[in-house]
Amino acid sequence: MTLTPVQTLIIVLVVSIGTVVTRFLPFLVFKKANSNSSYIGYLSRVLPYSAIGLLVVYCLKDISFKSMAHWLPEIISIALIIVLHYWKENTLLSIGAGTVLYMVLVQFVFA
Amino acid sequence: MKEKKTALKAAFPHTIPVLTGFVFLGAAYGILMNSKGYGIGWTILFSLTAFAGSAQYLAITFLTSVFNPIYALLMTLMINARHIFYGISLLNRYKDTGRLKPYLIFGLCDETFSIVCSTKPLEDVNENWFYFFITLLDHGYWVLGSAIGSMLGSIVLFNTKGLDFVLTALFVVIFVGQWKTRKDHKPAVIGVLCSVICLVIFGQGNFIIPSMIAILAALTLFRKTGKDQIKPCSGKESLQ
Repeated sequence: MTLTPVQTLIIVLVVSIGTVVTRFLPFLVFKKANSNSSYIGYLSRVLPYSAIGLLVVYCLKDISFKSMAHWLPEIISIALIIVLHYWKENTLLSIGAGTVLYMVLVQFVFA
Repeated sequence: MKEKKTALKAAFPHTIPVLTGFVFLGAAYGILMNSKGYGIGWTILFSLTAFAGSAQYLAITFLTSVFNPIYALLMTLMINARHIFYGISLLNRYKDTGRLKPYLIFGLCDETFSIVCSTKPLEDVNENWFYFFITLLDHGYWVLGSAIGSMLGSIVLFNTKGLDFVLTALFVVIFVGQWKTRKDHKPAVIGVLCSVICLVIFGQGNFIIPSMIAILAALTLFRKTGKDQIKPCSGKESLQ
């Protein structure tokens, strides 16, 4: 431990409070927004789709095109997930197969 | 009681990918905290109160450098700013959740959001308890995972390299599911394109807030005033 227990507790508190703020903010600010006609109502209908897109990119932010080992496993595994999910539409199968393929690729093929 | 049991049973299968991902990522977090001298008590406390993977990983750097709570707060707000989008997306869905609402919002991590926004329970399941159990299970997995990691130290039973991809896979599957159930692909394309462009311009560490601004701008630009006949998130059971 680099910090004292009290300092550590303060950091834990500050990070927790910061997180809570980002989670509660929209619910406090838009309490009275009319959800069907307003701009916020529009956003609440389209944002789920954009937010998942952002989340996928966020997960892939560390890939790099300097060497094949740092992007090909991701691309191949995601391609498999897309094909499988379009075809079978079985969530656990798509996630399981995609993850196992990714592990095989990074542990054995592109190791 | 029976109502809760049915909701728990309906919720659990949806959380299986998160169970895998969180036990592994949580364990990795516990191991890392341990290696910096923070034992199981601190790890559990942090996972319970923050319940935010990326912020907690980042916070290890706050815990191992000069004490600076202001910097810690600002960095946390920045990395977790994406939660604001989740809140806006779920304004309607969480509108009538009553006394469960504070906890539902408190536990709204990436994974819980992605499941809640893409899944609606079957008719005989109480919707509010269904969302509650998804949130509670995910929260529990995260605490459990970090506790396991803290206890195990660095003993690893098998080569887990790449296992964290399970969460990426979850988000990709939800993305594909949303794509299939919706004809208008603009919001999804906007989400991906704006994020990729901002990632290239601003780099890994700083692209979240620019991406959010770009997404909001693009969505606003493409809003068809008066007649956005858009259904909320797919109401379909995505897990059969």
